[in-house]
Amino acid sequence: MAENIATLMFYIFSLITIVSACMVVSSKNPVHSVFFLILAFFNVAGLFVLIGAEYIAMTLVIVYVGAVAVLFLFVVMMLNINFAEMREGFLKYLPVGGAVALTIFVEFVFILYGSFAGKNAVSPVRDVILPSEEISNTKAIGSILYTDYAYPFQMAGIILLIAMIGAIVLTKRDSYSVRRQDIARQLARTKTSGIEIVSVKSGEGIS
Amino acid sequence: MDQVFFGNIGAIHYLILSSLLFTIGVCGIFLNRKNIITILMSIELILLSVNINFVAFSVKLGDLTGQIFAMFILTVAAAEAAIGLAILVIYFRNRGTIAVEDVNMMKG
Repeated sequence: MAENIATLMFYIFSLITIVSACMVVSSKNPVHSVFFLILAFFNVAGLFVLIGAEYIAMTLVIVYVGAVAVLFLFVVMMLNINFAEMREGFLKYLPVGGAVALTIFVEFVFILYGSFAGKNAVSPVRDVILPSEEISNTKAIGSILYTDYAYPFQMAGIILLIAMIGAIVLTKRDSYSVRRQDIARQLARTKTSGIEIVSVKSGEGIS
Repeated sequence: MDQVFFGNIGAIHYLILSSLLFTIGVCGIFLNRKNIITILMSIELILLSVNINFVAFSVKLGDLTGQIFAMFILTVAAAEAAIGLAILVIYFRNRGTIAVEDVNMMKG
């Protein structure tokens, strides 16, 4: 019974994922595209929970819905773009895009059925702690992420740091409306450059 | 055919779903040639399908390495989205449009 429900949930989740992915691609308004992207990520997180990969599922929700989707939404809403004329090439590229997509998909199906038709040829590559009743998925991942994969983990952190610095440097704009203290300029001032003595004629003022 | 995760759902179902998502992502890159935001979102879809592949094989083989790598893909996808959107913002600031068809002004 529980397995039937799980099977049903798989089909529901994957159907919503596919439909919302199609809507991401074909939606007229990019804001709607972003929301459908969030929906797709939610459903894939559900699919991951179904096969017991809870940690990746929760990370997916946190990273995508919490960070990436909000980033996209901000950019879409901040740029003042005429989205109607963005759609012009849609029908023009439909034949070639559809042909390429169909080719790729048929190749995928051939590969999948070709490699899965035989017996179960692949075996576990290495012994790791499997999620079980005692050890949860998150605990198992944590126990190898911080030991066997410590260096890749640090690398991931450095990649994020570089991305953060890069994004800030790229989008930072020197605004001249903000007056900052420039110590070198202050020290370079002399009496002659800082003070101007004007003899004002009476009754005229300084223009 | 192969081992099943639950019910009659096996790795093959997840792989077909992932290939469908990949196909939709590639299709999106082709169709939205003018809208670079949708192209970035299509790339996110493609990376998501790769993640599904990794996790499905990880569960099928009983090897957590796939899930670890799915996490790294998530990291790289987030970094890519941030950098891509930053480039998009400065491009829009300079040109007033985000049409990618005449981006080749950058070439010398």
